[in-house]
Amino acid sequence: MYILEVRELTKHFGGIRAVEDVSFKVKDGGIVSIIGPNGAGKTTLFNCLTGITKPTKGSIYFMENDISKFPAHKVSELGIARTFQNIRLFSEMTVMENVMVSQHTRMRYGFLSSVLQGSNFRKKEQIIKEKAFEYLELVGLEDYADTMANNLPYGSQRRLEIARALATEAKIILLDEPTAGMNPIETSEVMSLIKKIQELGKTLILIEHDMRLVMGVSDWIIVLDHGVKIAEGLPEKVKNDPLVIEAYMGRETTH
Amino acid sequence: MLLQQLINGLTLGGVYAIIAIGYTMVYGILELINFAHGEIYMLGAYLAIIFLGLFTAMGLTATSLPLALILTAILTIIFCSAYGFTMEKVAYKPLRNAPRLSPLISAIGVSIFLQNYVMLTQGATDKVFPQRFGEAGFQFMNVNVTYLQAMIILVSGLLMFFLHLFIHKTRMGKAMRATAQDKTMAALVGINVDSIISVTFIIGAGLAAVAGIMVASYYGLVNYFIGYIAGIKAFTAAVLGGIGNIPGAMLGGIILGLVESTGAAYISSEYKDAYAFIILIVILLIKPSGILGKTTEEKV
Amino acid sequence: MKPILISLFAAILFLPFKGLKAAGIMFISILILLSAVSILKKTKVIDAIKAIRIPEAGRFKAFLIPALLISFLAFPLMLKDYYIDVLIMSGIYTLLALGLNIIVGFTGLLNLGFAAFYAIGAYTYALLNTKLGLGFWTSLPISAGFAALAGLLLAIPALRLRGDYLAIVTLGFGEIVRLVLNNWDSLTNGPNGITGIAPPSLFGVSLGKLNLYYYLVFLLVLLAVIIIRRVESSRIGRAWIAIKENEIAASSMGINTTKYKLYAFAFGTFWAGVAGILFSAKMQFVSPESFTFMESILILSMIILGGLGNIYGAIIGAFILVLLPEVLREVQLYRMLILGIGLVLLMVFRPHGILGGVKGVHFRS
Repeated sequence: MYILEVRELTKHFGGIRAVEDVSFKVKDGGIVSIIGPNGAGKTTLFNCLTGITKPTKGSIYFMENDISKFPAHKVSELGIARTFQNIRLFSEMTVMENVMVSQHTRMRYGFLSSVLQGSNFRKKEQIIKEKAFEYLELVGLEDYADTMANNLPYGSQRRLEIARALATEAKIILLDEPTAGMNPIETSEVMSLIKKIQELGKTLILIEHDMRLVMGVSDWIIVLDHGVKIAEGLPEKVKNDPLVIEAYMGRETTH
Repeated sequence: MLLQQLINGLTLGGVYAIIAIGYTMVYGILELINFAHGEIYMLGAYLAIIFLGLFTAMGLTATSLPLALILTAILTIIFCSAYGFTMEKVAYKPLRNAPRLSPLISAIGVSIFLQNYVMLTQGATDKVFPQRFGEAGFQFMNVNVTYLQAMIILVSGLLMFFLHLFIHKTRMGKAMRATAQDKTMAALVGINVDSIISVTFIIGAGLAAVAGIMVASYYGLVNYFIGYIAGIKAFTAAVLGGIGNIPGAMLGGIILGLVESTGAAYISSEYKDAYAFIILIVILLIKPSGILGKTTEEKV
Repeated sequence: MKPILISLFAAILFLPFKGLKAAGIMFISILILLSAVSILKKTKVIDAIKAIRIPEAGRFKAFLIPALLISFLAFPLMLKDYYIDVLIMSGIYTLLALGLNIIVGFTGLLNLGFAAFYAIGAYTYALLNTKLGLGFWTSLPISAGFAALAGLLLAIPALRLRGDYLAIVTLGFGEIVRLVLNNWDSLTNGPNGITGIAPPSLFGVSLGKLNLYYYLVFLLVLLAVIIIRRVESSRIGRAWIAIKENEIAASSMGINTTKYKLYAFAFGTFWAGVAGILFSAKMQFVSPESFTFMESILILSMIILGGLGNIYGAIIGAFILVLLPEVLREVQLYRMLILGIGLVLLMVFRPHGILGGVKGVHFRS
């Protein structure tokens, strides 16, 4: 029923408490949004979930495993993939190659195969290409397969990040501000893309500032402020939670 | 015996340290390994010999040695600084936005050029420093310290002290630190980044010039090749201390000098040049960012 | 006015080294040079050089590659020994450049001590042959394997370090290897080196003759190019390039970055070992002098010159840097001077290298 369970997760950087004692559960196949003002610890939480930083304390259960001490590549192999807020594409590779990289743990062959390039190698490379192309089609980038990733327009780069995460064949996809810097049309495209991904049977966790998108797609919302979880629940409930309103409004007026 | 080696090591270490500062300052601002920096030190040694030779020929050395030495030092520093300045303008500035390794190749080009430039104009054989200072010195805790050694230790120490004051107390020094932290921000608050970079090269080259003068007078012999080995070692010292960190470069230089002279005396002098690297590897494996380097977690 | 001031400045810089008259000549020649440059700038020649893109050459590939192969096969039949010798050295350096390109160009790990692995390959054969009497063909995999093993042994601890720290550790390793070769007299005969190394033979025919040896080198280079190209275009190559482009993203896509960096180190240094055995079998003599820091820098210059991460760039870079000093032999005294200026100018005008801007040439750490 629950695919991911975070227990008392804490991350300190020196004296800074980026994430403090956060616990939550994520339902299989659901869309969970993590919201909160800037500096609330959302990205740090993502980094802990994906093995990029090791939590100071706490545990993360994903399919029976505590993955809190796993390295990033292990987490990815087990089935959690992500996009990055500040785009991290392989910019000197083509769009296609970017997505092909993600098949790394799914289609394996050894060093010798790649030197000899026998039938096994060719078959697997063919599958990698086909799958990569499918994911490009899903996000609508199939026409740009041979473009250099850094030549893509900004919005498309974000979509390529999503395709790349999907191509790892992960069960959980973490999207870190997937619509940052996008116009309303692009944003609504991403919104329908998110729903399409859910229909594929994936679980999604988003960090997002666009409230229309958050309220439109999420079936659970977690609110962080100063690294602490201050509320969670159904969108309707969270929207009217006085603590949440204060966290946002209080912050806004001090600006 | 040990104390004697410590004095020798401190002399050597002071020289390494002031060359290493040039590496670390440039690295701090441009993230560039300025491979040609060792050649500036070599130019300094040659220029000192040339100018002092000139003053000897003019008879100034005979009438007033201190004046001749001071003039030699001033001219050498000015010329080396000019070379450092020119090097940046010609070989590095056009590459400010190039891929990260391109300026490194450019630096290697400068280094090859300067070595051969000196070899062609000054000859491939060793040059002799025109003035011998001999073994005159004093006893310090039962150890012989030559005046020259004392002078080198003192001058290196003073230069490091003044550099520290400059970096921390003056406007220019603060601007340099700001530029090292974030070039874009520095430019936004009105710092002229180009001129800060020039000043960095000028100071680094000036320090290397002093190192060159001291080594030329200490060993009495120079050749066009000395910049290369001293360059690698000073760079090692800078990394040892934590590259980009000025006190780190000083500390790294002194440690390197001490390790080298004690290692040569107690273990084997054949491997003298290897000790520096062995100690470097050991320290980096314990502390991957150098002794005084900060460990920063990359922002995601 | 500005060109005059610049020339004057340069002349003054030059003054102490060669006196007034030479400085005067310097002043005039730099003035002429600067005027020439400013004319070139006005006519936009420089912009044109900067803008040259080589992918156009890709169109001729179908024709170019067979033509090159045939001419390389035909060279020994028509060239004098001196030229064959130079081509053999170009081939050996091509192997070195191809190997280093795997580490620096594909994976983005700066290595400043590559000559050490070249030395390990060369000395392994020298010792196996002169002390144990092993032949070339048995020693070939052992030499290459030793170099690869040394690469692994260095990389295992060193890969914890970032960027330039890794670079300086490889530099230190290179110097340590050279110093050991220089001082371990009982094994390596110190600075005098090891003599009397046997050239290879095949079916009882000695390959010691230059033209036959040329074909051996040619074959191994060809093999290296094919193998490295294949690995580059496989999931392993993609993993390497992904690590160079963005290490964090690469690990988030499931790539075990440490493991693949080790692969890159071992695979790259393997080719240095192959180059090493070819060098010692050709010279029939090795000494530490051939494996200095300058040698590592030369190999690195080759791949940056050609365009990092580009196999063909590595080959072109290797040929240029071997051939150029030979071409400049006419002006013997000035050749290193010219080489230095040439490197600076090339980087200023084509910072991405000759084949740069084609694909995968950015270096980030």
